[in-house]
Amino acid sequence: MNLFFEQLYGIAQYYPVVLKGIGVTLALSLIGIVAGTTFGFLLGIGRASSYKLLAFVVGAYTDIFRGTPVLVQVFVVFFILPEAGVELDSFTSGALALSNITACFISEIVASGIKAIPVGQVEAAASAGLTRFQQLRLIVMPQAIKMVVPSLVGQFVLLVKDSSVVSAIGLLDLTRSGWVIVQSVPNGMLVFSVVGIGYFLICYPLLHLSRRLEKV
Amino acid sequence: MFSNFNFRVIGETLPDFWLGFIATLSISLTALASAVAIGIIACAMSLQPSRLVRMPAVIYVDVIRATPLLAQLYFLYFGLPYFGVIMPEIMIGIIALALNSGAYVSEIIRSGIMSIPRGQVEASASSGMTYWQQMRLIILPQALRPMVSPLIGQAIVLVKDSSLLSLISILELTRAGQTLANDRFMPVEGLATTAVGYLIIYFGLKFAASAWMHLNRLSARH
Repeated sequence: MNLFFEQLYGIAQYYPVVLKGIGVTLALSLIGIVAGTTFGFLLGIGRASSYKLLAFVVGAYTDIFRGTPVLVQVFVVFFILPEAGVELDSFTSGALALSNITACFISEIVASGIKAIPVGQVEAAASAGLTRFQQLRLIVMPQAIKMVVPSLVGQFVLLVKDSSVVSAIGLLDLTRSGWVIVQSVPNGMLVFSVVGIGYFLICYPLLHLSRRLEKV
Repeated sequence: MFSNFNFRVIGETLPDFWLGFIATLSISLTALASAVAIGIIACAMSLQPSRLVRMPAVIYVDVIRATPLLAQLYFLYFGLPYFGVIMPEIMIGIIALALNSGAYVSEIIRSGIMSIPRGQVEASASSGMTYWQQMRLIILPQALRPMVSPLIGQAIVLVKDSSLLSLISILELTRAGQTLANDRFMPVEGLATTAVGYLIIYFGLKFAASAWMHLNRLSARH
């Protein structure tokens, strides 16, 4: 028991590292939520478009990212983009990869929301003289957004958890901070329980929110 | 970047990628089978009236769903040896994947069972069926059908998640790509081949899911 408290004290001494890790995890998540949602809605509108070619191209694009692991995508941004002359630091690489994959998943959610709107409504809006943009803005999107919000929140939870893979390119996020601490405090279960509590405090409220929204 | 894309080196290292591909498939299959077993147990526990039985399952599912797989993997990878449990990395990896997916499978099974109208359970109970008879004869035959598509979805997630095992030095598809990237300084060729490997599995499973939907629609029509 004494040893347990000694180890806990050992972990506590690393609090600046943990705090920095939480900061990076939160920053990546927030960037991913904002950029991923924005880009995801644009892609989703394209995916649900009646222009077959546009819908196909967007579908193919999102499939490539939905079908490969986040880890591989982070590696691609970090190791391959420099070969094309785009040098990015690890934080920007992580933020870019995470925002992109979040956008790809959100695109599919938004597209299915849009497709769930009865086609008669769009026809009615068109015959009432609304332009295509007005139909989208006034009729389709307000209803689609209401439908997809619970899934969006669920997607944000996945984003927070997926952000842990940036530790593989050496970025000091919450997971990486545990990896640093475990080098000097050898009790891995204790160290990663602390890390887990950090993620739990971020993700559980979101999971709860998503469940409550689904019931409404 | 792609003007000097080297197909020859991919051809030379294709046997390594093939090994990685097979490893990813067999790791995922083993983990998926274990996850289904864990999911059935966790779901059965979470549906019991007794709080004492229900709580551990609910806590398990919530903790797993609110923390990243990588943290769970490191928890076992750095944690087990400290308590004197030594096992090969690949075992740790499969256990972590199975425990992680088990929580999601449990939720999938639960929502399948919940989709059966309450009245059917009551009707079968009032016609004198025991709990197991209700499950076996009324609930499960109907609940299995809506579970198939989400389970294929979980299999897709599982295959992609198995890439994290490369971080505890298990040789699978991602590791094979990394090896080519590091040993021969060819990140483009290595990671592209890895990505193609995953896409083959992804489109295969996606095709299975849509074939299943199509089959369902056909049988619903008759």
